[in-house]
Amino acid sequence: MARIRFDSVTKRFGDVTVAQDFKLEIAHGEFFTFLGPSGCGKSTLLHLLAGIEMPTAGDIYFDDRRVTELAPGARDVAMVFQSYALYPHMSVYENLAFPLRNRRTPAARLDEAVAQTARTLGLGDLLDRKPRELSGGQRQRVALGRALIRQPRVFLLDEPLSNLDARLRLEMREELKRLHAAQRITTVYVTHDQEEAMALSDRIAVLQQGRIQQCGTPEEIYRAPANRFVAEFVGNPPMNFLPADALRGIPPLAARLVPSNGRDLVIGVRPTDIRVQASALDTALQAKIVLLEPTGADLWVVGEWNGQRLKGRAETGERLAVGETADFVFSGERIYLFDRASGARID
Amino acid sequence: MTSPSRQAGRSAPFLAPAGVMLAAVTLFPVIYILWLSLEQRSPVLGVTQFVGAANYLRLLGDARFWNALANTTYFTTLSVALELALGLAMALLLRRAFPGRALVYAVVLIPWAVPTVVTARMWEWMYNADYGVINYLLGAQINWLGSPAWAMHAAILMDVWKSTPFVALLLLAGLQNIPAELYHAASVDGATRWTTFRRVTLPLLMPLILVVLILRTIDAFRVFDAIYVLTGGGPANSTETLSIYAYKVLFQTLEFGYGSTLAVTVLACIALATAVYARLLRGRTA
Amino acid sequence: MSRIGRFTALALVALWSLAPFLWQLITSLKPDPEITALPPLLPAHITLAHYAAIFTGTPFLRLMANSAVVASGTTLLAVALGALAAFALAKLHVRRRTLILALVLAVSMFPPIATVSPLFLVINALGLRDTLIALILTYTGFALPLAIWLLTGFFHKVPDEIYFAARVDGCTPFEAFRRVLLPLSAPGLITTAILVFILSWNEFLYALSFTATAAARTLPVGIALFPGLHEIPWGEIAAACVAATAPVLLLALGFHRRIVEGLTRGAVKG
Repeated sequence: MARIRFDSVTKRFGDVTVAQDFKLEIAHGEFFTFLGPSGCGKSTLLHLLAGIEMPTAGDIYFDDRRVTELAPGARDVAMVFQSYALYPHMSVYENLAFPLRNRRTPAARLDEAVAQTARTLGLGDLLDRKPRELSGGQRQRVALGRALIRQPRVFLLDEPLSNLDARLRLEMREELKRLHAAQRITTVYVTHDQEEAMALSDRIAVLQQGRIQQCGTPEEIYRAPANRFVAEFVGNPPMNFLPADALRGIPPLAARLVPSNGRDLVIGVRPTDIRVQASALDTALQAKIVLLEPTGADLWVVGEWNGQRLKGRAETGERLAVGETADFVFSGERIYLFDRASGARID
Repeated sequence: MTSPSRQAGRSAPFLAPAGVMLAAVTLFPVIYILWLSLEQRSPVLGVTQFVGAANYLRLLGDARFWNALANTTYFTTLSVALELALGLAMALLLRRAFPGRALVYAVVLIPWAVPTVVTARMWEWMYNADYGVINYLLGAQINWLGSPAWAMHAAILMDVWKSTPFVALLLLAGLQNIPAELYHAASVDGATRWTTFRRVTLPLLMPLILVVLILRTIDAFRVFDAIYVLTGGGPANSTETLSIYAYKVLFQTLEFGYGSTLAVTVLACIALATAVYARLLRGRTA
Repeated sequence: MSRIGRFTALALVALWSLAPFLWQLITSLKPDPEITALPPLLPAHITLAHYAAIFTGTPFLRLMANSAVVASGTTLLAVALGALAAFALAKLHVRRRTLILALVLAVSMFPPIATVSPLFLVINALGLRDTLIALILTYTGFALPLAIWLLTGFFHKVPDEIYFAARVDGCTPFEAFRRVLLPLSAPGLITTAILVFILSWNEFLYALSFTATAAARTLPVGIALFPGLHEIPWGEIAAACVAATAPVLLLALGFHRRIVEGLTRGAVKG
């Protein structure tokens, strides 16, 4: 269990700057996630923590000890790669044992550790098999086992669930959460799936092009996004964005827009916070329905109004049809204001 | 704290052994030979004398050198052209799968695998004027290796036999890299076989053809083994290539200075040819 | 092209590739009088006298042993040094990687005639003339570009993440190389070894220049300089050719798939 600190870390690959002056602290035993779209640099940050890459400038500390130049093997970190990176020529047993062999662990203890880890992850029957004989989920568990077997100080995971099918992904997500609760190893997780990040993490850093857009608990990031990028990235379905001026005529938006005094603003409202209904209310926005998405639990409705599109939620039974007009009702509290130019949230 | 120097240190021990070996056996000799070419050096007579450009001037007036250069150029041009044409034909033939294809591949590799010296002696035997099987099959009495007119072409035929498989295999790999869909699209667009070949296959294959040309030109230009054993450079120096002439000057008359000068010309020609092809290649892939 | 046309063409190609060697084989089995009397093509009597003659009457077996030692030694050395260098080029960040590979490629284009005189002088000066070690070292130098080129390609095929995983699991770069990369590249190592072996076995110019007696002479030199007092012993030469070619021929036929893959890999990628 270690505390991690990025101290003004910069990483350049030739002409491309992936991270610039990056500062961050991750606490003991925390489950911390780097969340962002592809190419935002999150995997690079993980590689820097592992020691696979070295920073161009700046330092990395584990528990106040400078590890910037330590080889990966000396940092006591464990890593699960997106492709699992199991050793194809070794059996499951040998894959699990490999990290311990490198530390010259005595045979008896090694054997016991492998057995123990196999038990924890349900791999007991598979010890003699080679990776190519395993299913995706099984390989994933072997990768996890290989990482956990030596009780590392830091546990790094690079999109470990993205190669699994939907159901397996959810199962493994629970497994990861359970493991973390039990072992409390400082974990740094990388993903582009915001739902996954929200479900697993103590804290999330939302990244865009190597820069932290916001760092906070899932709750904070969801309820109080720092800027438009975070607001749009987190939450499913994504937030609606509408020009503020056009909506002045609609209460309760008018009240909400008062503090803006003439600034060019954009309004953001989550589809979950817009109620769609067939009956007419003076206080609602009336839009023509263009699309209906019944998903079993919800009925999402996409409406068109003054050239803008917005999505809201209706009761599953509600009688709505494409082409008709419906009310899109906003509730006052869950309306966000963003500066159009900078994207920052105004409050 | 920064990476580059540390990482350079990490890879050095891996690169060093091979690097030292290469430097010792290839780079150093090339530098040394440039120096040698400026000397008059005779180990037997114990002579070592710097003569500067005198060797190169001697080159210009050396009729035998020009003869060797002409022979080498002729040999290279004809061999490479034939090998390319035949190799392409073979590759097109082998492209489609058929039962026993693996066996044909293996057989086609034989000329490549046979040692060059053995190739030369095999063909020497076949070319034999009195007992050779070629004269027998042709019902002729041609003195293949004894007449200046025939000897060079005999050597070329032998080299074509030996090197075409290599060309064919490379071009075959290139052909297999062209997606089948392109041919389907061409046939849907109404192209004939010849048009498809000219406008789809050939252009896509061109970069590889250039690579093959470079490799074969270099190999043909520096040819030594096969011709030396087949004809020894005769008759009347009609098959004497630059490498053979250089070898004779070096190891028969033991003139290490002038022999090195001759060897340097081979190097220069190859460098020139490579530069030309590289320019063509870059022009294509740019 | 019609089926028959293709079949004929293929048969011709196969025959063309096989014929010279086949003829040499036939000649080696013909008794002397039959060799110079053509027709018939095929021998009326088969004799092994020529083979007996070269194995007992000439240093042929010694030459074969020399060839074997030189080719094996070169293969081991070139593959070992080449693998180390290829590993660095494929998996470690080497800054001037493309430059190094280009340099390696350029070196492979040097004509042997251009390096034979300097090397001869050095080998002579070191007192290594007519030794096998001189050949092994020279051949290794010339096989290295091929080995490095091929092995870099093969090592590239092993996913980077597996190398990273080994490092994170506590291996030094060399341990990761030895315990993970090498086993996973075994097919590539074999292909490279076969190609280097064949090329070394067949080499002529350096062997001719650096050796003087049967102490270090290799088969190609022996075959080129085959002694003939009054008449050229075509039967013996044929037998020598067949015997000298047999090992590499068997290698080529047995591993042709690997060989083709190795030869085309470098050029096609390019």
